Amino acid sequence: MKALIIGCGRVGSSIALQLQREGWDVTVVDENEDALTRLGESWPGAFLVGHGMDVDLLRDAGIEETDAVVVSTDGDNTNIVIGQVAQKRFDIGCVVVRILDPARADFYTERGLRVVCPTKTAIDTLMEAVRSCAIPPAKVAS
Amino acid sequence: MYAIVAGGGKVGANVARSLLRLGNEVTLIEQERDRFERLEDEFEHQVQRGDATELHVLERAGIARPPDIVLALTGDDEDNLVISQLAREKYGVGQVIARVNDPRNQAHFDLLGISPTVCSTSSIMALVEHEVPEHDLIHLLELRKENLEIVEVQIDRDSPSAGKRVESLELPDGARLISVMRSGRAEIAVGSTQLEAGDQILAILEPGKEDELRRVLLRR
Repeated sequence: MKALIIGCGRVGSSIALQLQREGWDVTVVDENEDALTRLGESWPGAFLVGHGMDVDLLRDAGIEETDAVVVSTDGDNTNIVIGQVAQKRFDIGCVVVRILDPARADFYTERGLRVVCPTKTAIDTLMEAVRSCAIPPAKVAS
Repeated sequence: MYAIVAGGGKVGANVARSLLRLGNEVTLIEQERDRFERLEDEFEHQVQRGDATELHVLERAGIARPPDIVLALTGDDEDNLVISQLAREKYGVGQVIARVNDPRNQAHFDLLGISPTVCSTSSIMALVEHEVPEHDLIHLLELRKENLEIVEVQIDRDSPSAGKRVESLELPDGARLISVMRSGRAEIAVGSTQLEAGDQILAILEPGKEDELRRVLLRR
């Protein structure tokens, strides 16, 4: 199975490494050449330098034969556009897009993108942590 | 009319100023602090600071009314795409015009159905082509919605179509001749129109048929 990861920051690089360990054939794209260091010294997959909105680069990265695309650059709008290009132009069934802004995440989820919103996950986790604190009843009353 | 203009750079600020002069109601949105403060001196309450791809910023600018038109004119194509999608599909804005900064991104706007768009690089290139014809086939007009374009072709002495009637040409499917300009006078091209060297032909065709048309008219 082939995966294409666009944006090799902390998130993208970790996903790339994990998928690769699970046996996927992984190609990574990042604007910055230095991002390759995040993949360690013996990255066995492909790594291309360029912008994910560049259709020629996506083709070079093998998007046409890819089973899954993960879009995780540091720009929400960049991710939204690349995600839709992968889905609508290249007809990739599994496109996962990171969107930090919960409002835009909701809108594009409604429109059929598979969106992951780390901000929402953080809010839920933090709320859960606060709720689970054992607060003495006296304090609650006051 | 009420217009929201996203992006207060040279393009956005000038468009907002022009719309205001024509008596329209305008809200200009600019993200960058320095630029916003300069704009505030001129536009006062008609400029707001914020990221126009954030829903609460758009809502503060009155996108839910909705405005008659939204102009996505930032220097970022991704932002212009998202602003256009939000305006049209989330808030039901009837008219959206988007600026394309990098002509290579035009395909993304087309893919996502954002139209009309304006790209100054493409406009300048079209003018250059028209003013200094390097090519034998000049693009005059793109009808994006119709998926058609209008081109101009100059017939010369060596062209296989010179001396032939329009009805005898094997024009490709999806291409038709519109008119023939000869010594300063234009005529509608009909079946019996005979082409001559020096004619300037206007043709309408589906994008991608240029080479076939070129072959029939010019054999190149």
